[in-house]
Amino acid sequence: MTRSPASNVHDNPFMKPMEWISLALLAAVIFLVLPMLLDAFRLNLVGKYLTYSFVALGLVICWGFGGILSLGQGVFFGLGGYLMAMYLKLEASSIENTKIQSTPGIPDFMDWNQITALPWFWKPFTSLPFTILAVLVVPALFAFVIGTAMFRRRVGGTYFAIITQAIAAILTILIVGQQGYTGGINGITDLRTLHGWDIRTDSAHNILYFVNGGLLVACILFAQYVKRSKLGRILLAMRDKEDRVRFSGYQVASFKTFAFCLAAVFAAIGGAMFTLQVGFMSPSFVGIVPSIEMVIYAAVGGRLSLFGAVWGTLLVNWAKTTFSESFPELWLFGLGALFIAVVLAFPNGLAGIYRTYVEPRLTRRVKALEPAPAVALPHAAE
Amino acid sequence: MNAAILPSHLIGADPAEKNFLLAVEGLTVSFDGFKAVNDVSFYVDPNEIRVIIGPNGAGKTTVLDLICGRTKASSGSIKYKGQELTKLSESAIVLAGVGRKFQTPSIYDDLTVFENLEISYPRGRSVLGALTFKRDAQVRDRIEEVASMIFLKDQLLERAEFLSHGQKQWLEIGMLLIQDPELLMLDEPVAGMSVGERIKTAELLNEIIKGRSVLVIEHDMKFVEDIAHRVTVLHQGKVLSEGSMERVKNDPKVIEVYLGH
Repeated sequence: MTRSPASNVHDNPFMKPMEWISLALLAAVIFLVLPMLLDAFRLNLVGKYLTYSFVALGLVICWGFGGILSLGQGVFFGLGGYLMAMYLKLEASSIENTKIQSTPGIPDFMDWNQITALPWFWKPFTSLPFTILAVLVVPALFAFVIGTAMFRRRVGGTYFAIITQAIAAILTILIVGQQGYTGGINGITDLRTLHGWDIRTDSAHNILYFVNGGLLVACILFAQYVKRSKLGRILLAMRDKEDRVRFSGYQVASFKTFAFCLAAVFAAIGGAMFTLQVGFMSPSFVGIVPSIEMVIYAAVGGRLSLFGAVWGTLLVNWAKTTFSESFPELWLFGLGALFIAVVLAFPNGLAGIYRTYVEPRLTRRVKALEPAPAVALPHAAE
Repeated sequence: MNAAILPSHLIGADPAEKNFLLAVEGLTVSFDGFKAVNDVSFYVDPNEIRVIIGPNGAGKTTVLDLICGRTKASSGSIKYKGQELTKLSESAIVLAGVGRKFQTPSIYDDLTVFENLEISYPRGRSVLGALTFKRDAQVRDRIEEVASMIFLKDQLLERAEFLSHGQKQWLEIGMLLIQDPELLMLDEPVAGMSVGERIKTAELLNEIIKGRSVLVIEHDMKFVEDIAHRVTVLHQGKVLSEGSMERVKNDPKVIEVYLGH
């Protein structure tokens, strides 16, 4: 019986065998290898790096698939981080803890800045459920407003990148300038407990590391769900021929806004986990430099690869820690050179190198072992 | 002047009231004072293949851009089945039933032929719809049907970037067909095609005309003669002549500006 080609084409499998292997490998490294090899301090450091990989993951969707380069992802990382920090700070500022202040019960930096009552927008952050909701919703709304305003007016490409960068600069200036409400340049520090649970101990760091890893895997799976859906293919199509998509009856702006919002939510989850693991949040994670660094993580890992983004983040940060200890002045030049080298020589980053040189060999071996698989569409995002 | 090219029984009646699929009237667009399209009127019947010809810079592509909403008209009206298009967004115009093929093949290189057609399949066009879109039998059958019409049945799983130039043109026509538009606009569909491909394209157009109208821009006169029901000649943004190919070919004004050299 001859079957027509199309009758064999089903929905893409959720993940192809190689992708399951990649996920298993990543999970094994995060949940087994690193916790066994590293001491509590180093593991906490890796946990901090992994929070950046949420941002890189969002950039893969937004920039890699959708072609929307945002140089302001620090804004969303920072929003997530600050919202979480507000909750933790309020908990750390109990009347008991702050009785030496002129106004007990408010965060110390407010007291130093002659603020005598908790500002209205701080008040809801005494509730943990509200805070968690806010971490997810506020950055999404902010991204929605920016995205709608820009993409409806067909602002894209370099102009969009510049505007996101300007927003990162503005938010930094705002946070630094409004010291009484935000903690200013020092950020929000001296965070102690999460719903009564001390987050400064080694065991808390350990638990938070695993929670962080679990959230990262969940975000990867959701990103994978988007990637393999028709929406994922529309993002690729839009990057390639925006007008063709528009004249196929799609509202291009809505799809771009969705990708941008999703990237924002991922970044915010990373930011909230950063605050929990590192114990403070400051404007130095919001501005232009961290935002660009986060783009470099995605570029080095491979902007088309969900897993590559995580590996790229870990690798660049490992290199940063190693080299900046030995050559503190040279490190930033090294980072810049790395970015240029990757873009020029390996535009698809580590994942691209893997796909060109390693995967074909692996696939041949795997194919030799297993019977011929059912025909599925070769997925285009490869 | 424009009244003269209307069929005589329509003079005096409001043309938009008649059963035209598309009624373009007094259409003008100016770019910084330059009128690329200047007071153009024409009417397309249901099931008609209309070809627009004219020298370079005559405003042919701009007319298509105006109809599909890519360019906004300075004045005039475009009525499609009695509905004013000049006020609608691009996607709303597509949903109303107008499909547009671009001059250079505009397909998604990174996707397979199947995926290219699938994106144009008229379902799941919202963000949520696209996220939950399923490839069911209906989608597969329709894609297969269109793929065999556009001679690409055996290339369904190939990446579109590996298709020949002519196949890319067909793929884009297929992407429009799958939307099932009532008005199909094609900008130079046979440009760059081999003779064999041209003949197949003419067959294809005669096949897909059933139940829809086609508005074609083309330079290849042999091809125009093969397919056109009626021809509109544009020159410097204005309608120079209109009618059957036979009539247009013998129009001294047309010979002067276009066919003569």
